[in-house]
Amino acid sequence: MEVAIVKYNAGNLFSVVHALNRLGVEPVITDDAELLQKADCILFPGQGHARTTMTYLKEHRLDEMIRSFKQPVLGICVGQQLMCRHSEEGDVDCLGIFDVDVKRFIPEVKEEKVPHMGWNALTDLQTPLFKDIKEHDYVYFVHSFYVPTCSSTIATSNYIHPFSAALHKDNFWATQFHPEKSGTVGETIIKNFLDMSK
Amino acid sequence: MLAKRIIPCLDVKDGQTVKGTNFVDLRQAGDPVELGAAYSRMGADELVYLDITASHEGRKTFTDMVGRVAAKINIPFTVGGGINELSDVDRMLSAGADKVSVNSAAVRRPDLINEIAGRFGSQVCVVAIDAKLTDHGWKCYLNGGRIETERGLFEWAKEAADRGAGEILFTSMNHDGVKTGFANEALARLADELPIPIIASGGAGKMEHFRDAFQIGHADAALAASVFHFGEIGIAELKQYLTNEGIEIRI
Repeated sequence: MEVAIVKYNAGNLFSVVHALNRLGVEPVITDDAELLQKADCILFPGQGHARTTMTYLKEHRLDEMIRSFKQPVLGICVGQQLMCRHSEEGDVDCLGIFDVDVKRFIPEVKEEKVPHMGWNALTDLQTPLFKDIKEHDYVYFVHSFYVPTCSSTIATSNYIHPFSAALHKDNFWATQFHPEKSGTVGETIIKNFLDMSK
Repeated sequence: MLAKRIIPCLDVKDGQTVKGTNFVDLRQAGDPVELGAAYSRMGADELVYLDITASHEGRKTFTDMVGRVAAKINIPFTVGGGINELSDVDRMLSAGADKVSVNSAAVRRPDLINEIAGRFGSQVCVVAIDAKLTDHGWKCYLNGGRIETERGLFEWAKEAADRGAGEILFTSMNHDGVKTGFANEALARLADELPIPIIASGGAGKMEHFRDAFQIGHADAALAASVFHFGEIGIAELKQYLTNEGIEIRI
């Protein structure tokens, strides 16, 4: 199968490439419309600042393109946040695929440190993305902004308060956590996504 | 809830792990990639690789190793040792490391922390501090503990956090290698005063020591080397024990 990764100005795409390689998939990293459109599925990972990355996507007309994808798309971390309506990180309008706004974590007590970094449990798991994943399995997060729970939420985690660990709408999927860094649990989630794209 | 992390630390010299291991099931116990993969399977939450090579050639070998670790291992890992400038950080992140730890170079030139955080984000920047409790309080040391400085531990840790450090890795030289437990009092002060995670290091000998680092020292993560390498404490067994003690742990 052909797997494409959206190339843009976000950091650390390698770890996603390595994770796919471990599953026997050699992805193409590209911002070419033709290559992206003919892929069986598309990953939209990333670390970075919402305004900086969103500005780049708009300048390169990648925003329109991502919205128009018909095959399964998996956003990861900032990728997920960019797929929402608006982000408080740089007060920027995003892709609007998920009808929800990205908020900043505000600690309520001093033990709650931001960024939320480390392993946290998944609950309320829905959809085939979480096939063979158990309630309270742990995945790895690094983020200072979060997506509140909403009608697209398909997994919840709790830090300071419950938030969306994953989202789904039509052919669009997204995780706030890093499946590529989440051990065997994360590997299963990536495999499930690829299986849905076959 | 966010889980407390257990982090094995691997010292690497000329591409090989330095401290001996008791892992008879490993084909190459000295291979840092194999050893890291084994720790990952046992349930380690992160790994730290420290380059203790001094030579230029050794550093290149280390960079190659970082690339192989990134290809093989599916949990986050930090690399440290010999990180002196932004280009070193770039090289490590490009090779696939998730975070870098800076130590002496940051004390000598604190702006390095601002530069790393500004360029790559705070989550990438672990500031490692080696400190010793002296007659004048906790003092920071450089070059693996060989050079004493005037810097106080708490003052430097706060400055590092203010400058954009994502985590503090605090090693107590009084406790390191003694196996009588972590420096819980100093840890608790750091954890309570700073808005970033604290990794406890130095002193692990028994499973109870990890419990105390979390419950008394309020640490977010605990790092150890020899107790894991020599098989004195199994990671799976440790994580079960900590769970039974009521600590949030990823099993």
